[in-house]
Amino acid sequence: MVTLVLFIAFAIIALVGALGVVISRNPVHSALWLVATLLSMAGFFILEGAYLVSAVQVIVYASAIVVLFLFVIMLLGVDREESLTDPLKVQRPVALMLGLVVFALLIGLMGNHWATGGESATAALNSGGGGNVERVAREIFTTYLWPFELTSALLVVAVVGGVALARRSRRAEAASEVAQ
Amino acid sequence: MIVTPTWYLFLAAALFAIGAVGMLVRRNVIVMFMCVELMLNAVNLTFVTFSKTLNDLSGQVAVFFVLVVAAAEVAIGLALIVAIFRRRHTGTTADDISELRG
Amino acid sequence: MLDYIWLVPALPLFGAALLLTFGKRIGEPIAGWIATALMFGSFVVSIVMFSALRGLPSGEHAHTVKLFDWFASGGFKVSMGFLADPLSVTWILFVTGIATLIHLYSIGYMHGDARFSRFFAYLNLFVASMLILVLGSNFLVTFLGWEGVGLCSYLLISFWFERNSAAVAGKKAFVTTRVGDLGFMIAMFMIFASLGTLDYAVVGEKIGGLASGTITAIALLLFLGAVGKSAQIPLHFWLPDAMEGPTPVSALIHAATMVTAGIFIVARAHPIFEASQAAQDVVMWVGAITALLAATVALVQTDIKRVLAYSTVSQLGYMFLALGVGAYTAAIGLVVAHAFFKAALFLGSGSVIHGLDENQDIRTMGRLRKYMPLTGFGFIVAWLAIAGLPPFAGFWAKDEVLAKAFFHGDYAVWLIGVVAAILTAFYMTRETFLVWFGNERFAAVSAETEIDGEAAHAESPAGSHAESHEAGMISTESPTVAYGTAPAPARMTHAPHEAPATMTIPVLILAALAAIGGFIILPFKGFEYLTQFLEPVFETVKPIEAPSFAAGFALSTLAVVIAITGVLIGRGMYRKGLEDPAGDPLDRRLGSLGRLFGNAYYFDAVLARCVDGPIRRFAEWIANTVDQGIIDGAVNGVASGVASISNGVRRAQGGVVRQYALVVFAGVAALLIFALVRS
Repeated sequence: MVTLVLFIAFAIIALVGALGVVISRNPVHSALWLVATLLSMAGFFILEGAYLVSAVQVIVYASAIVVLFLFVIMLLGVDREESLTDPLKVQRPVALMLGLVVFALLIGLMGNHWATGGESATAALNSGGGGNVERVAREIFTTYLWPFELTSALLVVAVVGGVALARRSRRAEAASEVAQ
Repeated sequence: MIVTPTWYLFLAAALFAIGAVGMLVRRNVIVMFMCVELMLNAVNLTFVTFSKTLNDLSGQVAVFFVLVVAAAEVAIGLALIVAIFRRRHTGTTADDISELRG
Repeated sequence: MLDYIWLVPALPLFGAALLLTFGKRIGEPIAGWIATALMFGSFVVSIVMFSALRGLPSGEHAHTVKLFDWFASGGFKVSMGFLADPLSVTWILFVTGIATLIHLYSIGYMHGDARFSRFFAYLNLFVASMLILVLGSNFLVTFLGWEGVGLCSYLLISFWFERNSAAVAGKKAFVTTRVGDLGFMIAMFMIFASLGTLDYAVVGEKIGGLASGTITAIALLLFLGAVGKSAQIPLHFWLPDAMEGPTPVSALIHAATMVTAGIFIVARAHPIFEASQAAQDVVMWVGAITALLAATVALVQTDIKRVLAYSTVSQLGYMFLALGVGAYTAAIGLVVAHAFFKAALFLGSGSVIHGLDENQDIRTMGRLRKYMPLTGFGFIVAWLAIAGLPPFAGFWAKDEVLAKAFFHGDYAVWLIGVVAAILTAFYMTRETFLVWFGNERFAAVSAETEIDGEAAHAESPAGSHAESHEAGMISTESPTVAYGTAPAPARMTHAPHEAPATMTIPVLILAALAAIGGFIILPFKGFEYLTQFLEPVFETVKPIEAPSFAAGFALSTLAVVIAITGVLIGRGMYRKGLEDPAGDPLDRRLGSLGRLFGNAYYFDAVLARCVDGPIRRFAEWIANTVDQGIIDGAVNGVASGVASISNGVRRAQGGVVRQYALVVFAGVAALLIFALVRS
């Protein structure tokens, strides 16, 4: 009963938030609606017992990433509102139609049973000991160690890349400042 | 009425479709990016749902990694946007970056 | 030994390559001597080949040397091979021999010309092509040489291309012979299509098996090629204009060698002609008519070389006449004899032109025997030969031809030949007397400047004679004296001088050959060297025998009589030369008929009118509508079609990322449909 109510609540928030992201004229509003959706995602994760990812979702997504978005919006001043008419006339109707089509297709595909393998013994939801966090952590550090290391490398690359991308423009600015 | 995994999948599909349409329709680059995040979240929901129905933790591990990669991607993407839009002071819509025009 | 036959064309070919690359550096006169030496070497090799051929074991009379496979694609296999048999050896002997003499002559004649070495390069190339033509063991190798001589003929006729008339004449010659070459090519295609081979030996054996219509068509097409190359009617009109080229060229190409290529190919392909009576009749009649009409035109010409040009056309007609009746040996005998005396006549006239400061008008010559005795002697001997007086070569050869025609039963043709013989004797006598006898008409003021020949030669300054050769300067006026032009006023102020030794010796040698060359074709048993030599080539041909010795003797006597008649009439009219250069007694007597002859039956004018009108319009239609419109349109159309398609495709690359995203999303939808459908 509780699950049902919570699900419906989170679902409504999620959908409204998603629509808000898409429909809002002001990008800052879109960011805020995104936060709503993300938080309701976290709620869903908890409902399904995936506590670690729920926590990570809130910490990383709902805060860090959205804050990043907001920083960039402020930095670039792209908070001006877009015009309503689309210069590409076919874009909107076709997009809407395709969206509905894909939605219908996804529903249709839900009936398929493609996963044919047996259940994993070690990765069962209740295997090992400890709560969800320990179990997920155990999976990450044993079976999925290699991807874990790769993603950490990816993060390093992202940091370096971000610094490099940001630095270039600053050097040009510094150069022009010196010239003046 | 019990909440079956099918409901979650329905929701995920809807979020995915909304995110996709949003990405195609909006012209503000940042908002397009946000719609991409929406899509990714829909996928995450799907993963977790299947993790629960198939009784396999791999789904949650996948979500974990998706989160990490999405974070990195957002960082770089936004840095790129900053780099591009710092150069041009006019027009900040996706349609203006059309140098690949054939 | 016969395997070295390839040396015969290789030596002049090497000479041509050498002189084309290093000619300027080698310079005059070494280039000329190199070319002559190589030519002489080729002649020596030819003699060696001749004796090697005689030395073949009895029963064998031909030797094929295959150099390499030329074409081997699918069913078409042709090799580059040379065939050494009596026919080709005869030809290479007299071609290389006469070519050597003419090369020697050219050293003197082309002295001072700016493109001296190139001239010899072309001459060598020409002889090489001619030798390849006659030595080929199959039609394709012969055709290679055929085209080569055509090219060299063009190059040499328009050698002094600064003269517009020379350039035009070269083009005319090339294009006209091309029409004939078309016939040759189609004949080759037909031969290959029906027999699967182009080899002479094989074709000779198998030709009988074809339908008679096919054989006649092939024969006539081959003959068309011969008509073009040997200047028979109706493709004869390039030869007189070809006299624009230097005189050695006229002698070598247009008298002794290239024009005999047509005779050669008919003789070589005689199995084809023997199999078709209709083709033989055509050959005979074309030859006879050409002989007669060309002789009439030569009667009234005023240019020393033009008379000889039409005379050549006429004599070639005789040769085709002989081929048409099946008297192959007689035709070849006339080829050889004609080569000797015509080359002597041409070279002699070249010396005259040289000595008279490029004057070619016989109306303003006369009594040159006094000033150029050696050349004159040679010319006169050659004249007697061509007129048909015994014991010179021309008599035996022409008599043989006419006798064979008579005994073959073609009396009408024989009669035409007789009339042409009288005319030949007459017009050659006319030319000889106008040039070498009679009164002097070349001097500016005849009385005062009749100087002793010796003194004039000694004091002849580097002045007036050398002026025209100064630094190879070539006037842009055509030196040819067309019929109907008034004679230019005599302008020479010094006496004509004899040509240098390099020019007189060849003339004299050729005259000697014209005198004694007849001994190879004497019709008496035991002396028929040429016939015996050529017999193995023509063993399938039925020989034409005189029914009795008396009949042959009677005909020969008749031949002598007509020759003497022609000479006497000519002598009677022109013994004293011309009183007035503009007044030729013959013109008065012939009147309008003379004008018809002189303008060569207005053939050129009619042809020009025809070509200029409908043919030009047709050519323009093809050039504009077909070529530019259809063909270019198709090619350009493909290009512009591609361009417009790509322009359309280009619009997909708008550069707008959202558009791309839309397409990607559509692809996603398609994939999902696919997944849905498949499951």
